[in-house]
Amino acid sequence: MTEPRDMIVIKDLYKHFGNVKALNGVNLTVKKGKVIVVIGPSGSGKSTMLRCINHLEVPTSGEVWIDGQHLGKNEKELNAIRAEVGMVFQLFNLFPHLTALENVTVAQKVVRGRSKEEAEEIAMAQLKRVGIPEKAGVYPNNLSGGQQQRVAIARSLAMNPKIMLFDEPTSALDPEMIKEVLDVMLDLAKEGMTMVCVTHEMGFARSAADEVLFMDEGVIVEHTTPHDLYNNPKEERTKLFLSQILQH
Amino acid sequence: MEEKTPIVVDKDSMQLKDISWWFLALILIFVWAIYVFLTRENYQEAFNFIKIGIQVTIKTSLIAYAFALMLGLLAGLGRISKNLFFNNLSRLYVELIRGIPMLVLIFFIALVGVPMLVDGINAFGGWLTTIGLSSAGETLSSFGNKAFTMNGRAIFALAITYGAFLAEIFRAGIQSIGRGQMEAGRSLGMSYGQTMRYIILPQAVRNVLPALGNDFVAMVKDSSLVSVLAVRDITQVSRLYAGSTFRFREAYVTVSIMYLTITVLLSLLVQLMERRLRKND
Repeated sequence: MTEPRDMIVIKDLYKHFGNVKALNGVNLTVKKGKVIVVIGPSGSGKSTMLRCINHLEVPTSGEVWIDGQHLGKNEKELNAIRAEVGMVFQLFNLFPHLTALENVTVAQKVVRGRSKEEAEEIAMAQLKRVGIPEKAGVYPNNLSGGQQQRVAIARSLAMNPKIMLFDEPTSALDPEMIKEVLDVMLDLAKEGMTMVCVTHEMGFARSAADEVLFMDEGVIVEHTTPHDLYNNPKEERTKLFLSQILQH
Repeated sequence: MEEKTPIVVDKDSMQLKDISWWFLALILIFVWAIYVFLTRENYQEAFNFIKIGIQVTIKTSLIAYAFALMLGLLAGLGRISKNLFFNNLSRLYVELIRGIPMLVLIFFIALVGVPMLVDGINAFGGWLTTIGLSSAGETLSSFGNKAFTMNGRAIFALAITYGAFLAEIFRAGIQSIGRGQMEAGRSLGMSYGQTMRYIILPQAVRNVLPALGNDFVAMVKDSSLVSVLAVRDITQVSRLYAGSTFRFREAYVTVSIMYLTITVLLSLLVQLMERRLRKND
């Protein structure tokens, strides 16, 4: 039996959507402070695995522990655990009816019970950290994609999470905005945040990741260091995938 | 390639049929009405008689609409709820109401539904007495049908009817908000209810404000149906006036102008609101 003491422990995770088998038995342990990059073709189950970690997607079977706490069916416990796990989405999912500052304060007030002043102070600090304190009063629709994604990161960080999950955070961005988001993620990695990132940004994987996972057809095919994965992949499927994304 | 002559629109040749004259006509009707009410004694008399119903019409509409909003929000949330009981109950409510003509519903709720409710309350009071809570029990079991005035029943009937229509508006509004919003809220640790309240509903309500406004206009008009319960709204009062004086033309011109004034003003407000909302998008 795995000791579920590490930051994230996933055991025999299966997720089926009707006939589609998105996850076919995933086992993974992530130690505190590690940065994991997940790559793989579309439909390989990367996002589903990420969404199962905070039970945004309830697995068909299998177990997940976050920092020793088992994720069960109890909604209250799940909410408490989700507050400890930040998530950044491909399409940002900022709240369009709230300003950047309010986006970062709303969950602090509602979930953490912080006062308006305290929440705003923390929110401003986080907006400064992601480099856009001057956009505090601006609504998401008036922000660029890169700025929106940085607000989304600040929104998660304001909850003081133990873990940050990134679901293709740069794939909806114009090329010139990718760097500003990756820079924030790199800083976060350096500060020792435990991170699981679904991303195809090789540069980020090389410079920040401790481990890289290659997923295909709902299983982890290869799990190794970035250097080994990119330079001498062992599995045929990994080689094929890398040759496809590295061609250009 | 063949060269095409550009089509030139001659603005000077715009004809009367191209002008949207409906608004002008509407204003003319109002101007005519004001002229008539100022100069013709018969109309003044009718107006002075019928205007005592304005308060009832407005009060009935406003109170019924406030209750319909609450009922509609609740049933709308039920329609999208994962709780199967709540979901089925809401669906049943909406289907029942939508399947019965409003006039019949008003008769039914006021003359069958309310007495049934009173019987129920009385029985509950009797039961409370038998288990020893006699003071509360006696109050409830002595509750008579007369405790509910016809005005109250009319409001009750309108609220229940419009609650079902508003439920569908709220449901559509909530469903128009992308899944990502709920996911983002939940990923931050907010519960379903908290995400609904702070994230989804503010956006959904904003999106359906024009539809809610239009339904309020519709309700003001449908409030005329409560005249069948002898509630003295402007429709009922104008019927009384026409019946006692045989001045049908004066009575129904006056009441029509009254409704038209209220609904046209409200519609303009809704359009203004719609335009402002669109500008802010």
